Formats: sequence, structure tokens, C-alpha cells
Amino acid sequence: MSISRRKFLGVAGAASALAIAGKTSIDALASGSSTKAGGGAAAATRWAIVIDSSKCLKKEGCKDCILACDKAHNIPRFDDPKHEVKWIWKEPYEDAFPEQQNPYDDANLKGEPFILLCNHCDKPPCVRVCPTQATWKREDGIVMMDWHRCIGCRYCMAACPYGSRSFNWFDPRPHIKDLNPDFPTRTKGVVEKCDLCEELLAQGKPPACVAACPEKAMVFGNLDDPESEVRELLRKHYTIRRKPELGTHPEIYYIV
Amino acid sequence: MRDRGMIIAGLLVFLALVTFPVWYDLAAGTTSKGPDPKLPTQEKDCVAPVEYMRTSHMDLLMTWRQDVVREGMRDYVAFDGKTYTMGLTKTCLKCHDKKEFCDRCHNYAGVTPYCWECHVDPKLAQRSKG
Amino acid sequence: MFMFEKAVQGSRRYWIWVGSLLVVISVAFLFYLYQLQNGLGVTGMSRDVSWGLYIAQFTFFVGVAASAVMVVLPYYLHNYKAFSKITILGEFLAVSSVTMCMLFIFVDMGQPMRVMNIILHPTPNSMMFWDMISLSGYLFLNAVISLIMLSSERKGVAPPHWIKPVIILSIPWAVSIHTVTAFLYNGLPGRSFWLTAILAPRFLASAFAAGPALLILLAMIMRKLTWFDAGKEAIQKLALIVTYAMIINVFFILMEVFTALYSNIPEDAAHLKFLFVGLEGNTELVPWMWASVLMAALSLVLLIVPRYRRNEKLLAFTCVIVFLSLWIDKGIGLIIAGFVPSPLEAVTSYIPTLTEISIVAGIWAIGMLMITVFYKITLSVRENLMA
Repeated sequence: MSISRRKFLGVAGAASALAIAGKTSIDALASGSSTKAGGGAAAATRWAIVIDSSKCLKKEGCKDCILACDKAHNIPRFDDPKHEVKWIWKEPYEDAFPEQQNPYDDANLKGEPFILLCNHCDKPPCVRVCPTQATWKREDGIVMMDWHRCIGCRYCMAACPYGSRSFNWFDPRPHIKDLNPDFPTRTKGVVEKCDLCEELLAQGKPPACVAACPEKAMVFGNLDDPESEVRELLRKHYTIRRKPELGTHPEIYYIV
Repeated sequence: MRDRGMIIAGLLVFLALVTFPVWYDLAAGTTSKGPDPKLPTQEKDCVAPVEYMRTSHMDLLMTWRQDVVREGMRDYVAFDGKTYTMGLTKTCLKCHDKKEFCDRCHNYAGVTPYCWECHVDPKLAQRSKG
Repeated sequence: MFMFEKAVQGSRRYWIWVGSLLVVISVAFLFYLYQLQNGLGVTGMSRDVSWGLYIAQFTFFVGVAASAVMVVLPYYLHNYKAFSKITILGEFLAVSSVTMCMLFIFVDMGQPMRVMNIILHPTPNSMMFWDMISLSGYLFLNAVISLIMLSSERKGVAPPHWIKPVIILSIPWAVSIHTVTAFLYNGLPGRSFWLTAILAPRFLASAFAAGPALLILLAMIMRKLTWFDAGKEAIQKLALIVTYAMIINVFFILMEVFTALYSNIPEDAAHLKFLFVGLEGNTELVPWMWASVLMAALSLVLLIVPRYRRNEKLLAFTCVIVFLSLWIDKGIGLIIAGFVPSPLEAVTSYIPTLTEISIVAGIWAIGMLMITVFYKITLSVRENLMA
């Protein structure tokens, strides 16, 4: 049967459009439905953490928050620091706040370890640069990661001014000491960082690091609730944040 | 045709190779074996009807993935009104054994979903502790 | 239609060249499979230096791709007849370079099978999204232009009238691809070495020096190995373009150096210190950078003095050192120094591994193979026309 090229293309186009429309309708009719988590976020939520450094430094060599995070999230352990994966870690004061040091710094600060993690910035440069929206800012303030979508371009790692992000240079599974079935591991080729324990928050529990601190040096709360403990602390104490001049509005505050 | 012998010999070798999947299975007695997944005993119903799960469990999982990771929604109301938490390890693998159930059909069909690269099989966790 | 049959007829020398390239490509492919299997940890990159040779080479070759505009603009916009024989060579160079760029990005990805996510989930606030669009567009533009122009030449007809606006479009598009690539770096608040308004102009200046220098070398190679002669005037004009571009490029670099050193802001000067003196005992890039500086200085003399520039043997040497100097500056120094020192003032060593170098060599070989095939086809077409 003879058919003109134009007619054939027209029929093919119409058939494809119908097929796509058909599939969409079938999907929509699929059984089951999802609902938003009960209770869920307060009217407005902006999660933040206030870290009291004097309380944190009380117990020398303490790593409880780091170990809790490692366990809760299957953080792999690499001997070569080039390939290390860390969501929360310690850094001496001079490197955590490079523009704030002076030669006559308080002995309490000089060389002392500070707890660093993703700042869950209000204006995160990593979110701005991600080409696939594999990282994005949730309404409750958490800068979240989708490890299914990440293409491993590491643009977010270049953009983060705080060194908070790690890349899986190898398959992390063989390097995980204690496999925790409650949280997935990641796979090689994706970037990861602290997710403020959003899976624990969904169950009404505080982040693992906050819960593990023996001195209660880390206080987690809602900045949009004027009565919250974090707001109380921010009213009472002078706090610093890392590199505030960059306009990222980090939400991890340090009482020094 | 000088090369008749070679050509026929080559054709026979080719036929043998191309029908290999058929006669090898017949000889080994593995043809009639289906995937035979071990059904779970804890619950009677899954989160969706069996027929739907058989054809579209990947669609369900993709929807769950979108809801949990990107929307922060974790509660799933199933077809029978029961509420489940959306999660591969948390919910599916609570009843289904990954090796005795999931892998059986996947191996038979020759698919390797990469979900397992990240999502933990609880049996693995037990073994690593044990 | 694509005249590829012309690329599979050649002399013994041609086939030895093509054969060697194919060997390099095959070896690189095997190394890439190794990298896919094990993860990007088999390269020299690390948590602090998270981009390395792959992205650095991508940055450099985007510049080479953009430099095609330096032959297209004078000929199509200003009717500069001397470039008539070489515009197609510039366009083919652009096609090969952009392909290399896309390959460099691809081999750098941690999850390359998910590359379609950039298209499935378009993100206009990300410069990488726009980079993908502009590079793909530029590749498509130049591929269409080269194909149409060469086909028309072969058939002995004037090219279709609609190709003229397409060619004109490729001119600002060429500027855009390198500007967007610069935007990848100079919008990041945490990387002070890259946070400079002059980065895009710098990129363009060095591109317009390196690209035409390479084009001159390719023209000279073709004059030596084949019957094709681009013409003394074309080569001299290209050399003049390289001269001015190199002057502007060196001027821009001196501007950067002044700003960093005179302002005395420790963070800004630290990256230059790492490159030219070394930081915390790490002097890995110091000899490279000084070699680049010396080659740039020498090239300026050899380019600016007309007697040296007109001496074609000397010009060949000059183009080599221009290309090498800029390749070191952009293709090694710029990216690595952006990461060292890290925002937490850590100094991490970056030494590319054998895997990394082999894959880079493989992508170069792919680019060289494409150029070879394209130029062979072009020459064969013109040969037939002369007969």
C-alpha cells in the first residue's frame, strides 16, 4: 500500500501521543496511594543546631557524635585520607574558622577541635549548582540528597565553601565496619553529606549526633519557634558561623 | 563446489552453537524448573494485590522512592486500608527474603536491579555482626 | 553523504598514524572499563581535590573549540578572502574539540549511566546545565556547517542560503561556550582563586591564542605531508591573531597576580603561592608553572617581533610553546590550584595516575583521529575537484 511520507509521519506522531497519554492514564489508575507523614512539619520549620564549644571540649578526645553518625548511616572507613567519607568530623579552630584567628587567641580556642558538619545553609551554593537537582533545600531547611539521581559530577563539592561533602571514590560496602540495616549504604560514584538525620526526624527522634553527645553540647531545634531552645541559646550567647561573609547563611551556630 | 565438506561442517557447528541454550537445558534437566520463589509466611497480603505486584512492583517502588526521598512522605495506605511505611528494607524485606524470594525470579529472568548496591539486605547485616 | 569512504583510502604512512591512534584509544578504553568497575578512586583525585585532569582538559579544549570563531568571523563577517581555504578546517577542529570536551566530562562522572538526568531534570540555575546545552548546540552547529559547506564544495554549487545565518550564529555561540565554562568556576563563593570577574575574558583570550596556534601547526603539518597549502597570508594573519590574543592573555594574568599579591588577602595569594613557590612543602606544580611562564614570555618576543613571526620555521616553534604554555596554565594549573589550599586551608597533593593519563591520552587520540578523518575527507574532496 502506498502512503506518502508526510502522512506516515503524521500517523506515527499521533500514535505515539496516544500511547504516551494511555500509559499516563494507566499509571494514574494504579492501586494504592501515599499520604504525607502524620503531624509532619510545624507551620514553619527551620532546623538548626547550636554547638556549645566549651561543653564539647570538656571530654578530651570525645568522638561520640562522630561514631553515632558513622553507625546510623553506614559511613565507610578509608585509611587513605584522600578517599575518606565523613559527614561530621573534627577540625582545629584555625581551620574551621580561618578568617577569625589571631595570634593572641584564647588558649581555649587555639588548636582546639571543633565539630564540623554540613551547615544546611539557607542559601546553599551546592543546591544552586547541582545540574540534576540531586541535592535541594527542603522546606524545613534541610539540604537533602537523592542518591538515586546523583550523577557524580562533583560540582556540589567544588561549590561547597565548607568542605562538607564527600564522594564515594570506591564501593563503600567493603569498608563499612558495622552494617546498619536501618539505613541504606551508598554506592560508588555518588556524593554524600550529612542529611540532618531526616529519617530520624520523621520518626520524631533527634539527629544521631545530638542524641549521642554526653555533655549535651549540641542543641537541635526549630529557629522559627521563638520559644525553642536554639533560639534561647542564640539570644543568650554570642555565636559565630563559618564564613558568614559568603552569604550562604549557615544554620550551624557555634558558641565560643 | 570444492568446499562442500567445509561448508556443511561449518553450518553444523553454527547450528549446534546457536541452539546451545535449548539442548543444554534439556540435557541438564533444568528446562521445566521455574523460578520458584519462597513465599513469606508472616503476612497474608502484600502492600498491593499479587497480580499488580507481579507486573508492576518496580512502578510501586519508583513511586515510593519519589515520595520518601523527594517529598518526605513515608506513610503508604494500601489497597486494603492498612498503613505501611514505605521502604525496601524496612517493609518489603521484613516479610520477603531477598535471596529466597527476590533473587529467584530476578535470576531466572536475568535481571540485576542495582537497588541492592545501596539498600541493605537485613540478612547481610546479621552476618556482618555475627 | 558523509564521504567517509574517502577516509579509508590512504597511504601507508596514513594507516600507521591511524593505527597507532586506534591502539591508544583501545588501551584507554580498557583503562576506562577498569575505572568504571572500581570507581574514580583509581585516579589521583581526592576529597579535597575533587576535580583533576579530566575537568582541566575539558576546560582547555572548550577554548580550542571556541577558537574556530577566529577564522569564521573574519571570513564570513568581513569577507577576508585569505581564510577561504581554512574556515572548514577551523570548523572541523571545533567539532573534534567539542567531542573531546564531552568525552572528558563523561569519563569524569561517577555515575555516567545517569547522564540523561541532566536532560530529564533540567535545572536552569545550574551552570552545568547551560554548559551542556551550549556545548551540544555548538557541536550540532559546527557539524551542520562543516557538512553543508564541504558538500557544497564537492558538488561545485553555492551553499544553500540558510547556512549563512547558521554560520553567523556560531560566532556568538563560540563566545558563549567558553563564557559558560568560565561561569562554572567563577560563580562559586568558596573558591577564591576562581572568584574573579576576569575569568571568562581570560579564558577567551587564552583560547584565541591556543586555538589558532594549533590551527597554524595543523596547516603546516598538512603542507609538509600533503599537497594542501593554506597560503602564506592566511598563516601570517593567524599568527597575528595569536600575537594579540597572547598579549591580552598575559596582561590578564598579570592583572590577577597584582590583585592577589597587592591586596595581601592571605586566601587569595595562597593559591598563587602554591603554584609558583609551593605550599607546606608541596611543590608539585611549581616547575610546570614556571615552564609555562618562560614559554609564554619567550613566545611573546617571538610573536611580537615581525621578523621572527614571519619566519615560518620559527613560527612553528613559537606555536608549539604557545600551545604548551596555555595548556599548562589552563589544563593543569587553573583547576588544581582552585582546590589547593582547600577552604579549610588544607594542602592536598594531586598526582594523576596511570589510569587517568591513559584515559586522557585516549581522548586526545579520539580528537586527533577525528581531525585526521575530517581533514583527509576535505583534502580528498578538493583533490577530486582539482582533477
